[in-house]
Amino acid sequence: MAEANGQPGARARGPYIAVITNRTTNMVIRGVMLFSVGVFLALVLNLLQVQRNVTLFPPDVIASIFSSAWWVPPCCGTASAMIGLLYPCIDSRLGEPHKFKREWSSVMRCVAVFVGINHASAKVDFANNVQLSLTLAALSIGLWWTFDRSRSGFGLGVCIAFLATLATQLLVYHGVFQYTSPDFLYIRSWLPCIFFAGVITMGNIGRQLALYECKVVQEKPHHD
Amino acid sequence: MSTHFEQWDPGLPRARRGAVRSLDAPRCLSLGRTAPPPDGSQLTPPPRMTVRERLHQKISAGFYRHGLLCASYPVPIIVFTAVCILTCCYPLLKLPLPGTGPVEFTTGVRDYTVPSQESQGDLGERPEWYRGPPVAYIQQVLVKAAVSPWDSKLVPVDAFRSPLGRVFTLLEEIRNHVHSDSSGVRSLEAICLQVTDLLPGLRRMQAVLPEHGCLLVSPGNYWQNQRELFDSDPDLLKTVHQHEPKGLHTSDTLRDLLFGVPGKLSLYSRKRVVTYTITMALSNYDARFLGSLRARLKQLHPSVNCSLREDHMVHVHFKEEIGIAELIPLVTTYIILFAYIYFSTRKIDMVKSKWGLALAAVVTVLSSLLMSVGLCTLFGLTPTLNGGEIFPYLVVVIGLENVLVLTKSVVSTPVDLEVKLRIAQGLSNESWFIMKNMATELGIIIIGYFTLVPAIQEFCLFAVVGLVSDFFLQMFFFTTVLSIDIRRMEEVAGRGRDAAPQPGPLRPREAPPPPRPSPHTITLQTPAFRNLRLPKRLRVVYFLARTRLAQRIIMVGTVIWIGILVYTDPAGLRTYLAAQVSEQSPLGGDAGLPHMGVAPVFPRGDPTSTLSVLPAPAPTPLPENQSRGHRGPAPGHAPRAVPPIPQISWGPEDEEVWRRLSFRHWPSLFSYYNMTLAKRVAALGLAAGVLLVLLLFCLYRVLCPRNYGQNGVPHGRRRRGDLPCDDYGYSPPVSEISPLLLRGHSMDIECLASDGMLLVSCCLAGQIRVWDAQTGDCLTVIPNHGLRRSSSSGGWEQRDGWDAVGMCESESLGGVDGLEMDGGPVGAGGAGYPLRRRVTPARPSLFVDQPDLTPLIDTNFGKQPPSQALADNGFDFGGLVERAYNEHEASPTLGFPPSPPLAQQRRRSLGDQPILPPERPSPSPPDWDSSVWALELRGNLIAAGRSSGKLELWDAVEGSLRCSNEDGVSGITALAFLNNRIVAARLNGSLDFFTVDINKPLGLVQYRGNPGRSSMPPSPCYSSEDVISCQLTRSVQCAHQKPITVLRAAAGRVVTGSQDHTVRVYRLEDSCCLFTLQGHSGGVTAIYIDQTMVLASGGQDGAICLWDVLTGSRVSHVYGHRGDVTSLVCTTSCVISSGLDDLICIWDRSTNIKLYSIQQEVGCGASLGVISESLLVTGGQGCVSFWELNYGDLLQTVYLGQSSEGQGVRQLLVLDHAAIVCDFGSELSLVYVPSVLEKLD
Repeated sequence: MAEANGQPGARARGPYIAVITNRTTNMVIRGVMLFSVGVFLALVLNLLQVQRNVTLFPPDVIASIFSSAWWVPPCCGTASAMIGLLYPCIDSRLGEPHKFKREWSSVMRCVAVFVGINHASAKVDFANNVQLSLTLAALSIGLWWTFDRSRSGFGLGVCIAFLATLATQLLVYHGVFQYTSPDFLYIRSWLPCIFFAGVITMGNIGRQLALYECKVVQEKPHHD
Repeated sequence: MSTHFEQWDPGLPRARRGAVRSLDAPRCLSLGRTAPPPDGSQLTPPPRMTVRERLHQKISAGFYRHGLLCASYPVPIIVFTAVCILTCCYPLLKLPLPGTGPVEFTTGVRDYTVPSQESQGDLGERPEWYRGPPVAYIQQVLVKAAVSPWDSKLVPVDAFRSPLGRVFTLLEEIRNHVHSDSSGVRSLEAICLQVTDLLPGLRRMQAVLPEHGCLLVSPGNYWQNQRELFDSDPDLLKTVHQHEPKGLHTSDTLRDLLFGVPGKLSLYSRKRVVTYTITMALSNYDARFLGSLRARLKQLHPSVNCSLREDHMVHVHFKEEIGIAELIPLVTTYIILFAYIYFSTRKIDMVKSKWGLALAAVVTVLSSLLMSVGLCTLFGLTPTLNGGEIFPYLVVVIGLENVLVLTKSVVSTPVDLEVKLRIAQGLSNESWFIMKNMATELGIIIIGYFTLVPAIQEFCLFAVVGLVSDFFLQMFFFTTVLSIDIRRMEEVAGRGRDAAPQPGPLRPREAPPPPRPSPHTITLQTPAFRNLRLPKRLRVVYFLARTRLAQRIIMVGTVIWIGILVYTDPAGLRTYLAAQVSEQSPLGGDAGLPHMGVAPVFPRGDPTSTLSVLPAPAPTPLPENQSRGHRGPAPGHAPRAVPPIPQISWGPEDEEVWRRLSFRHWPSLFSYYNMTLAKRVAALGLAAGVLLVLLLFCLYRVLCPRNYGQNGVPHGRRRRGDLPCDDYGYSPPVSEISPLLLRGHSMDIECLASDGMLLVSCCLAGQIRVWDAQTGDCLTVIPNHGLRRSSSSGGWEQRDGWDAVGMCESESLGGVDGLEMDGGPVGAGGAGYPLRRRVTPARPSLFVDQPDLTPLIDTNFGKQPPSQALADNGFDFGGLVERAYNEHEASPTLGFPPSPPLAQQRRRSLGDQPILPPERPSPSPPDWDSSVWALELRGNLIAAGRSSGKLELWDAVEGSLRCSNEDGVSGITALAFLNNRIVAARLNGSLDFFTVDINKPLGLVQYRGNPGRSSMPPSPCYSSEDVISCQLTRSVQCAHQKPITVLRAAAGRVVTGSQDHTVRVYRLEDSCCLFTLQGHSGGVTAIYIDQTMVLASGGQDGAICLWDVLTGSRVSHVYGHRGDVTSLVCTTSCVISSGLDDLICIWDRSTNIKLYSIQQEVGCGASLGVISESLLVTGGQGCVSFWELNYGDLLQTVYLGQSSEGQGVRQLLVLDHAAIVCDFGSELSLVYVPSVLEKLD
């Protein structure tokens, strides 16, 4: 929204330059927004996990999570910015613009459900890990079905979830942090589901933000 | 045929399907005629209709009706919803407030050990908080005492004094009790909980609450635990009461604290039993000390009937304050929730009050959640999830989508519709989506339920019940709010747009009509912007809304209440602060020292609060509870230990007495048995759903008239008193249109014709009257013997002998008598012809450049050929005459209202020769013994076709017979008068073409030009000097095999319909038959043709065919009615048909889908006319109704007369200048329609 308001003023006279700056600033602004959202969500969700002793950071980390585990939120933020920019990009590349539920309310709903999934993973007591993982997987798929329903979104989500899981495995393997009760090699088996849901959510946000760029670009001819 | 039939598939899913009115129900036919068995194919259900479509349609219709209901009774429904919400939320009162409710855990007392600090993996059913040492152990000694025997000399306060006095000895006993064993000597001082200062704000309590020492609380504290003070206290009760807070109080009172039992138990027991406790707070649990204390007390006060259990200990866990770490995710979810709500409600648009609707949406969701929790609680499920945590997710799951979709759908309905129809349509349009959505969500949630994870199951349960209640609230609460909102908006819009309508009483005849705009350019108020007369209750609501009275009152009330709290509560706000402290320091409370109450006791620096970061349980040894079986022998008045005083007994209720303290802070014991509740849970969701469905159903049964959608029936039965209001309470303004009654005919009007300027009517008596169509003045009466007739020897008696009377007398006796005659001849010759003639409305002035001016009168000849009519028990013409005859006999002098002389005068003033056309010797004398079957008017010539086959041309202004033609012998059933040609259809099926020739002696043709109406082609005017002759140019002898029933002419074509099932199209100029159209399976009873060559025909089989006049092919064919189609009108977009079943059906012309139908009055089915593209007028019992054509919305009903109960409007003629003429018994009614809806777009 903010960039949408900022756009008309930023548009310079020179057509070529204007478009470039437009695009770039747009992208940057979007990236920053996505990054901040990612950081924020990472902080919040991490707090959930730490609270429940799911994730164990070295002792000093618990004392001040904001300072010692400094690398977690930026990583998540960067990842979410990438994902959020990637989705609209892929949409335009594939030539199938995403039309399903393009509203902020829907995006908010999506975010809420994502937080809810995290919440469930951290707080709900499941009988066993398989049940937990299956439930979360179903929830994630449901999230995708409810808010995305695009094949590209699904594919990208699965890929990124896979990569992220791999990365986490490596991190844990190298002892950066650990899980209290790993059941899938070194990590929790529900982690891919969380990643998938997160990718879908960030993609949703990214698409919604990209919508403003489209609008601005579309409005420009009218303006001129 | 089959293809056409399939094309007309009522099952086609269409947005407007929701607007389908009820289909034709078999009705009693008006004329006593049995309906022909309906054609089978007519009623077969549409062939290809999937279950889905049918479901879709049903849902759509249901929502439509529901929308109507909601918009019609907004206030009752809102009240009902509010009651529902409150009822469902009532159980919530019993729930602990979120976050503050204590939880309990019971263990055996025997092998109690302080639970270890760290959790030990599998603890069975041990709660998670059951770790580490408790903050305190609470031990209560319950004392029940009574004075026995009760002496009547004693004053009431004596009932307390002695029992209360015992507390001091007991206290001493307890304080001084020392238990010594191998491990050492212990006293209460050693193990009790030491307290220090009171909170600074509680100075008033200092006198009564212990400081710097053991926390030992008893009623003795009132007197500083000193017996002397107690004994010297003159008024015990006053001492107790002086510490009571005045006014409202939120926390437990001091008395509750000191007595340790609920207030109502302590002093004022009915049986004069005083109950109190001595409450000790212990810092650690010493079973042996307590055991010895117990033994000691038992020994001192042996209890006879004590049956209390002693074997368990209740651990009470007070929730800790939510830490910052937990708070952050919580706050985040709430932020997301608010963002969601914000973005959702931002989409609400096009409404009067965005905020109001957004609020309503939020209220809908929140209330549904509360209802959900309330219902769940009602059914015995105690929520264990943290309500604050799952709440945002529940909101998100339930969602605001439906609400938004509804709003969007409703506001996108046409603005000019009536509010309730808008609501209904909007609802109906989105019904499928809503249902689908809800089914999907329910499905997902049910899947979630089968994860068998207790927390998720509980969540799902809440979600299911919440969804159902949300749906309920959406349907009832939000829809209704929406309707109110939209009504308000339209009211505002209407106020701005409306020129105030000029209501006027029934205009007297002489009053000049109001200036009328020319047709088709009039723009009138749309129905939506009609001035709504709001009912009082709504006005009150609006007043409240406008002034925000309720909010202000509530605000002021709240402020006052808070003020009272602050200034009257002893602790005031500080109590609240203290309560916070106590929550922070988890407190074990046995015997229900409610934490709120205990709070003041704990200073801020309570050492116990540092004992554990995590909430600590409070194991509380209960067993000694009953150790004090202290009975009332103590009082001095009862010197001996009286054998058991029956009213003092120990029972389980005493054991549980602490539970009754501060009731709402004890959640159910079953908190941890969630698994067992799981089954009840599933049934609960179902039960709630079923309950709601049943409720809805009942509501419909009660509130919704079954034929709600049938516009006709409610109106049809209405009388003058009840206006055609929608049930919401306001009615369209009726006074806006006032009919002009044209009186003069003595009997029922039979034929009616108009050319726009003049109006000709013919009654059953054969009298023809000419009226000015604009002013309603009667210009001419033909025959004009009214006066003489009344002076003549009462012609009715002469009826039988009239045949013998010579022709010469005919003039002198006048037409009225003559026409009484026609009852005779017709009755003799043809018994009763079903002569219900209809004059279909003239079209609006489409005929601009064509010489042939208008479609003409058409007598729509009954539904049956006369030949059949003989056999049938059809319309008994003779009977009607007989009735008129009898009426007339009753008051012969009243037969003519005073208009004839007036008319005569007027006629004379025109300066013409009174009676006879002088220059025409040729016309044979008027034929008075036959009735006029067809009437047509063009220019100032009236063409009248008589039952004798005679065609007469009358001068409309002078009332003189200009010529007549007796070439045919068969009765003229229908006439068409175009330009200078007259086409007459006869009973024997022949069709005669006449040419009217004018021989002008003066060589001039005058045109009666009307300055005000240049758009109309001038009508040829024949001066009285002209010699007019009417010559038969061609006679088509066998145009039809059977009688011609209907004849229409337009666009240079003459179309005839006959009993022989065919329609024929002739060219007017050369009388050449162009097409014979076959397709009906019954006689043709109605035809419509207009300038645009649209030809429609309806038959006795109830079928309606549309034809292409140029090629003679059938365009479409639908079965629309049971029984004859009696009248047909086409507009550019739809076809309107009426049938003998008294239904008026409106069909889409391009798709042949029936849009809706209107139930008409019995016998009035055929009276309909189209004033403009979107305005339909129909006749009813004593009234005419105006309908918005596109949506079937009743705009207005105009009553024709005051006392017009039985009179139905049978004929209705639309004049060019937005006026309609209808017959009204013996009167004509001229209704100007200033408020015709004309859509400009």
